[in-house]
Amino acid sequence: MPTGAGHISTPKKFPELAEAALADTQLRRNLARATSTIRAKRAGVVAELPDWQQLRAAGAAIKDDVLANLDSYLVQLEAKVTERGGTVHWAPDAQAANEIVVELARQAGAREVVKVKSMATQEIGLNEALAAAGIPAWETDLAELIVQLGHDRPSHILVPAIHRNRSEIREIFLREMPEVDPALTDQPAALAEAARRHLRRKFLQAEVAISGANFAIAETGTLAVVESEGNGRMCLTLPRTLITVMGIEKLLPTWRDLEVFLQLLPRSSTGERMNPYTSMWTGATEGQRFHLVLLDNGRTATLADPAGRSALRCIRCSACLNVCPVYERTGGHAYGSIYPGPIGAVLSPQLTGLGGNRANASLPFASSLCGACFQACPVAIDIPSMLVHLRARAVAAEPSHSPERVAMAALAWTMADAGRWRRVLRLGRFGRLLRRLPALPGPLAAWTASRELPVPPRETFRDWWQRSGGDE
Amino acid sequence: MRVALYVTCLVDGLFPDVGKATVRLLRRLGCQVEVPAEQTCCGQMHINTGYPDAALPLIRNEVAAFAGYDAVVLPSGSCTGSVRHQHAELAANAGDQALAEAVRELAGRTYELSEFLVDVLGTTDVGAYYPHRVTYHPTCHSLRLLGVGDRPVRLLREVTGIELVELPQADSCCGFGGTFAVKNGAVSTAMLADKMRAVLDTGAEVCSAGDSSCLMHIGGGLGRLRSGVRTVHLAQILASAR
Repeated sequence: MPTGAGHISTPKKFPELAEAALADTQLRRNLARATSTIRAKRAGVVAELPDWQQLRAAGAAIKDDVLANLDSYLVQLEAKVTERGGTVHWAPDAQAANEIVVELARQAGAREVVKVKSMATQEIGLNEALAAAGIPAWETDLAELIVQLGHDRPSHILVPAIHRNRSEIREIFLREMPEVDPALTDQPAALAEAARRHLRRKFLQAEVAISGANFAIAETGTLAVVESEGNGRMCLTLPRTLITVMGIEKLLPTWRDLEVFLQLLPRSSTGERMNPYTSMWTGATEGQRFHLVLLDNGRTATLADPAGRSALRCIRCSACLNVCPVYERTGGHAYGSIYPGPIGAVLSPQLTGLGGNRANASLPFASSLCGACFQACPVAIDIPSMLVHLRARAVAAEPSHSPERVAMAALAWTMADAGRWRRVLRLGRFGRLLRRLPALPGPLAAWTASRELPVPPRETFRDWWQRSGGDE
Repeated sequence: MRVALYVTCLVDGLFPDVGKATVRLLRRLGCQVEVPAEQTCCGQMHINTGYPDAALPLIRNEVAAFAGYDAVVLPSGSCTGSVRHQHAELAANAGDQALAEAVRELAGRTYELSEFLVDVLGTTDVGAYYPHRVTYHPTCHSLRLLGVGDRPVRLLREVTGIELVELPQADSCCGFGGTFAVKNGAVSTAMLADKMRAVLDTGAEVCSAGDSSCLMHIGGGLGRLRSGVRTVHLAQILASAR
């Protein structure tokens, strides 16, 4: 099964990138503040709905139906979009998708393009591909714009500039926006106004807009984008050509299924009852062109693993990021991939495959398995169990003689028999001597870097029980 | 009632006082407590580190060791979670349907300590006396995997002499996470730092929880700081008497 490529591979293993992120005190502060605010908002609006658990179950069931019948739903979608005057393109991987979009933009005579916030196009590195073809792509989502102007990478699915505070944003705008007012303050309204003036020119000039999609309805051929700012709607309506790049799992079978997802998504992502703008379009409007690029990029390979495929239920709400104690402290860049946090830790390594990508194989270990992500997920993806499953896949891809594997096998052999285990436990008493050593081996040193070692007792519990029969 | 204590490898080897307290508590409440000698470890560390095959012999051993008891009690939310939510699936994935069935049956009569006290024995007042200022950390697997809810706190509220103070951001993970604590030691420590700050903010002299593993982590950090706060397992508080 072909695997995916693009910005879904971390260049370095998670612990290494995390170490650097943890040392950034400004980042820690920005993240702690932002995630705790969104967490509280989400908890409030979720608690309002008495049928939230039923909505979650419905969301999971609808997505599972989509995944089980993806082949027929995709063909149905293609037929409906074509019927309504759109053109559908199939892209097996990132490179193919980029080539299709670049060619379409060229054909439309685009000198530049405007973009709706989209994870799929970040995943495939579309902006870089367009730039290489001499076509600048302008992000129009405020946070994506901040990231783009800051020559930075997104660190959150919903709030890509979550790692920046407003004074950093002001500095970026002053440095990168040609006609910005030099007296710009860091008041949110002033920053938004600066972005609005900057973007308006882009909207009016652009021949081509590029979007992702939150949902595609197989039954009708309708595409949907959910957003807060209205900048997406400007892109979707003004330029003459619209190109949408969408992962093949974003389907919903029927129009009615939106009922479930338009309740689940805003409450889980921004913590709002309803998002300000929901744009839907079916095929091409008269005088305009619409192209839909369906992206695989490792999704079929992900679908092939029964214990991993429910990651494809994900609707990119980022609730799991906001509740994750690891994400809260490291931020998104530590995950390397544009999909960070718990969902990134299960999605990125599945999209790329675990075998030839040892750095991505470190991602499933970037969790204490605390379970907060599963609890928050609006489509009930059991991320902790999936992390455990992917750890086993990562280990299976390691050499058979790794020291950890040998140690684990030895320990399991010892523990499989109570007699052997008793004898080894008794040796634990000598652990008392460890405290006198100046330096400890690997894992013990990692523990004692910040924590005392427990002092082993003089008598194990089982020896006490055997000696005393439980009478103290 | 014939109750088997599944003492867990960590309590057996490192924290025997937690096992002793559990025996004392259950006996005081009228249970006939036995400690099957064949028991070893639930294998959760192997499973969660990516070595499910290594855990299979441990699951077989566990099923044999605890056959026939009315109830199996663990002083650990995490190990109970492994028995209840990991073992049957792991056996089934390995193609051993008989083992999967046997462990499902075992899971049906396996309880984390606070579940056993409240749901099976039907009590929240266990007759304990503990005159200390205590804050309680609900461990992640107790809270989210098992859903023990406020059972531990209801038990603690009935303890005579105790001054129970609420822990801020109680449901945040302490950062232990098994081998996560060493594989991602820096992130684990950052999480621990916030947990310790919350514990210290309460002014408690004792931080309690239902898992010796999390307490080893929190206590290891508090000890390194010479903070003057000690960690005590829930079983030890509930077993204390005048």
